[in-house]
Amino acid sequence: MAETMLAGPRQTRSLKRDLARAERKRKRNAFLLVLPLIVFVLIFFVAPIAGMLERSVVDTDLMETWPKTAEAVRTYDWEKDAVPDEAVFSALAQDLIRSYDDRTAAAVARRLNYDISGGRSLVMGTARKIARLDQPPASWRDTLIETEPDWGRAETWAAVRRAAGPLTDFFLLQTIDHQRDIDGSIVPVPTERAVYLQIYARTFAIALTVTLLCLMIGFPIAFLLAGLRENLANLLMILVLLPFWTPLLVRTAAWVVVLQEHGLVNQMLQFLHLTNGPIRLVYNRSGVIISMTHVLLPFMILPLYAVMRTVPKDYMRAAHSLGAPPFTAFRRVYIPQVMPGIAAGSILVFIIALGYYITPALVGGAADQMISYYIAFYTTDTVNWGLAAALGTGLFAATLILYAIYSRLVGGVRGVM
Amino acid sequence: MRTRSKVIAALSIVLMTGSSMAAAEQVTVTSWGGAYQDAQREVYFKPFEEQTGIDLVEESWDGGIGVLRAQVEGGNATWDVVQVESEELQLGCDEGLFEELDWDKIGGKDRYIEAAVSPCGVGAIVYNFVLGYDKDKISDAPAGWEDFFDLDKYPGKRALRNGPKTNLEIALMADGVPPAEVYDVLATDEGVERAFKKLDTIKSDLVFWEAGAQPPQLLASGEVALTSIYNGRVDAANKADGRNFGIVWNESLYTLDSWVILAGSKNLDAAYKYLDFVGEAENQAKLPMKIAYGVTNPDASAMIEPERLKELPTADENMKNALKISDTFWLDNIDRLTERWSRWASTN
Repeated sequence: MAETMLAGPRQTRSLKRDLARAERKRKRNAFLLVLPLIVFVLIFFVAPIAGMLERSVVDTDLMETWPKTAEAVRTYDWEKDAVPDEAVFSALAQDLIRSYDDRTAAAVARRLNYDISGGRSLVMGTARKIARLDQPPASWRDTLIETEPDWGRAETWAAVRRAAGPLTDFFLLQTIDHQRDIDGSIVPVPTERAVYLQIYARTFAIALTVTLLCLMIGFPIAFLLAGLRENLANLLMILVLLPFWTPLLVRTAAWVVVLQEHGLVNQMLQFLHLTNGPIRLVYNRSGVIISMTHVLLPFMILPLYAVMRTVPKDYMRAAHSLGAPPFTAFRRVYIPQVMPGIAAGSILVFIIALGYYITPALVGGAADQMISYYIAFYTTDTVNWGLAAALGTGLFAATLILYAIYSRLVGGVRGVM
Repeated sequence: MRTRSKVIAALSIVLMTGSSMAAAEQVTVTSWGGAYQDAQREVYFKPFEEQTGIDLVEESWDGGIGVLRAQVEGGNATWDVVQVESEELQLGCDEGLFEELDWDKIGGKDRYIEAAVSPCGVGAIVYNFVLGYDKDKISDAPAGWEDFFDLDKYPGKRALRNGPKTNLEIALMADGVPPAEVYDVLATDEGVERAFKKLDTIKSDLVFWEAGAQPPQLLASGEVALTSIYNGRVDAANKADGRNFGIVWNESLYTLDSWVILAGSKNLDAAYKYLDFVGEAENQAKLPMKIAYGVTNPDASAMIEPERLKELPTADENMKNALKISDTFWLDNIDRLTERWSRWASTN
């Protein structure tokens, strides 16, 4: 007895140690198993997003190309005069000539052009002209203003100051239709250029409509499929999967053919005397919604089906036998059980829809382009990467906020996405 | 023992062919793909390989200065010669992405039309943005953009490219501004206002296209009566699909694509040989027979059948009242005017 008393704690201790060691080993193995995924996510997901967020606020083009000017602009006392003195102009002239010689002036030209129309020509034109001068003039201030009168304007210098870096809110402000005026205070942009808030709203409206439509159409289909015998369900599933495997571009082009003025749908409507003339179904919002709903439907049906298959039929029967009318049983017993499927499908469709590009571009009109259209435009067409990144950042932030609200609303749904 | 010697023999053959392949001169040419690159392959790429023994590797792209910047700034560009649009030519030249051309190596500046000569690039083709219509449906040909805006004379929808570029010019010409003055007017706020106001008059009947393949489809399906369209697409639709589309050359907008050599190209010699080859009149003269673009060597035009020449942008008759799209204007103003355009397009 005494022996066991003595041995007891020691044994427990070594057991504890063994347990802890086993636990550590298990954790380490688990970690090693997910390590490839973590590395993958870090390299291909987190890093690019961080890079994008950074690009929307970091603004070093002017600072790196024109270090003297950036320094002079930062130290100049702007209270005195909105068009600076000889010292700043002299720094500008030196930077201009050097950057023209080593062919880096284009970067500043591009950056200033985002802010003031004609900024590109202003920089390149001035550089071309003063690079030809044999010796420095008596006053760079007079010479530069004489060469390009825009250097004598307060707006130009306000733009130079805004671009002096290293950080900027210029692009982010632009995405919410605001800008800084000459004094540096934040003001709304003129109405005819206020576009981005509208485009965000449009993007979310389209994504939301498509999600709701997918849910309305997808739910009965998934319900039917889940109730069928396995081999019959598999057969019908082909109908869902076949379009899913067809290339996006093909399906979108097919919708153009079907929906156009003399297309299948319009001919049928007129044949049935439902409409007198052709109705416009493509190159507008309805075309975008119809084809996006079709394209994204499988993303709703598949998660719904997966969850519905696991719901035991007995529960509904039990509800009936306890006296619940069909609708009540459906609402209070069935829906809560398939909620994870609804949540997963809706989030999946909504988030994919937010980033849609090709379908709206081909079947939508000029007023139906979503935010990704503009991100692509600024990335490849005008190479305004700051604005493209800022628009992406806005979309990212808005999605996170919406997701937070959504998970709060749906509540209780755990383990979904 | 015998097996081993066989293996060694096989290996040495592989190594030898490998090294002899590395020794052959090579050049990578990047163009726009599709029917155009098919034509180029036949008249330029293959004959060039046969004549010079230089290995020509083809690539294609769809534009964007960012792609070129990535190629050059990455320090290990895989492309040597690229066909670029005029805007990329100017941007890339400013940024030092392209070699400055040594014109002596490609036949001198006099070999080419004036618009084809620039410090970093040599013009490859001339193509136009024209007013297109279906001759089967419209018998009296429109005379110019004014008719495009005339909803009574030509009822039905019309299509334009989505975006401000080309459309503001079209609107001003329709409003009576002569081609030569379009950019002077557009440079003022009132000019921009005037263009949008003109576009307002047909806004409810406008459809917008994104890709060059769309306007022929829009015309063919009867979706629109009139559209802006690349002249080459009209010709292709008429020839390949048996359409009967018409072109209005009056007040058309033209631009050039150019060949450039990426800065730091490792195959500079071969690249120049290629540019020289595609600049020669007899080689250029073969291209328009395959695809309806104008060429940049005036002597080439003399070798083209008059029947065909008539259908090309470079024919004197077609060039008479044409407007060259201004890259400087659009590089300066595209960001602003695109915002303006988006706003205009989404409000009624």
